[in-house]
Amino acid sequence: MNARRYMLEVRGLGKTFGETEVLKAIDLNVSEGELVFIIGPSGSGKSTMLRCCNRLEEPTSGAILIDNARITDIPRRDLDRMRLNVGMVFQGFHLYPHMSVIKNVILAQIKALKRPADEARQRGMELLDQVGLGHKADAMPSELSGGQQQRVAIARALALDPKVMLFDEPTSALDPELVGSVLKVMKDLRDKGMTMLVVSHEMAFAREAADRVVFMDGGYVVEAGTPDEIFGNPKSDRLKSFLSRVSGGAH
Amino acid sequence: MRFLETFFNGTVIAKYTPDIIVAMGITLALSVAIIISGIVFGAVLAGLRSFQVRPLTLLIVLFADLMRALPPLVVILILFFGLPSVGLLMPDWLVLYLVLSLVLAAFAEEIFWAGLTAVTRGQWEAGRATGLSFTQVLTNIAFPQAWRMGIPPLVNRALAITKMTALGSVIGVKEILSVASSAQSFSGSATPLTMAAVAYMLIFIPAVIASRWIERRFHYKT
Repeated sequence: MNARRYMLEVRGLGKTFGETEVLKAIDLNVSEGELVFIIGPSGSGKSTMLRCCNRLEEPTSGAILIDNARITDIPRRDLDRMRLNVGMVFQGFHLYPHMSVIKNVILAQIKALKRPADEARQRGMELLDQVGLGHKADAMPSELSGGQQQRVAIARALALDPKVMLFDEPTSALDPELVGSVLKVMKDLRDKGMTMLVVSHEMAFAREAADRVVFMDGGYVVEAGTPDEIFGNPKSDRLKSFLSRVSGGAH
Repeated sequence: MRFLETFFNGTVIAKYTPDIIVAMGITLALSVAIIISGIVFGAVLAGLRSFQVRPLTLLIVLFADLMRALPPLVVILILFFGLPSVGLLMPDWLVLYLVLSLVLAAFAEEIFWAGLTAVTRGQWEAGRATGLSFTQVLTNIAFPQAWRMGIPPLVNRALAITKMTALGSVIGVKEILSVASSAQSFSGSATPLTMAAVAYMLIFIPAVIASRWIERRFHYKT
């Protein structure tokens, strides 16, 4: 694992909203093909950190590198091209409600990636098949369950062939019985070698699928390690108390 | 008998039907032109407003508020009687078309803008996160949704404003009411006015039905 190069590096990342310091010098690396899980109480800055990685949020200080390119140095008007390398999946899916499933997956391929329409469609169908929704290509988002919508959102992000995938609480808005299908897609993705950074409360999934787990609290990375280290042998009191509070999901 | 004679006089109907039919064509043509230009211009204004360039936004808001506040007839009269004195001579129909298009544009801008602000931040972020530019998200994601949200009020407004083509009678546009009203003077019968009412119904009842169809056609669940 250590021999692999870093696909995503976060160096001394700071973020303040007005007077509030949300992130205080975050350091974090994700190697190529690695799945890194970020856990922590709400308000700990996990989502903000993730959103800085494609500059939906502007970092106040520090640097972020994606495949060795400093994305924090890119002028605002050139962000669009960088974002093609960084796929993002949101808690609320955010499929475009006025477009069919396949059009959701095709839109950015054509408009942002400038892929020819037939090629975009072919790639879109491949990815819909991969997330198990090839048969829903012509359905409207409102006709899908939450879990299906989230899988389409994953396909939409993957369609741009990103180098890194960011997941911002991808299963938090789902009914419990729908969570499994989304996690399965994420696990398949990991097995295919995608580099992934995941903010989530699915502790069982973290244990099973994560290469490393990072615990954030109060704008700091408090502890990081393998799932066994984090869940089996937590060192800091803050992590211990956090785990005891969420222990329902840990087993 | 007296009632029928006053409102449904057969000879008067026969005499003025051709004129009314021609006038219907003019009302219809004006209405279609007003709806198209008003909605397109309103959409452009709302789109420009979304760029949040302060002086431009201010101008657009000023325009929309002004055109929505003023009675259209006042603007029509000002332009029709005022402009010739500064050397700008516009045909009556052009004044009517311009003013009503601008009024509809003002309302359409507000309707589209309300729709644009109702598009969630998540939609914008989803678009931008996939590498789409601001303008691409606006045209491909935000605007189509604003359009769908705006259709019911837009249809109502378009119908209300195209009915105002009747204001053209004040400045002599040869539309339905104008033709009917001079026919009424010549014939001394109220029958041409009844004919005008029927003519308006022939145009606007299908329009109301069509608008229901449009509302259904563009409705989608979120």
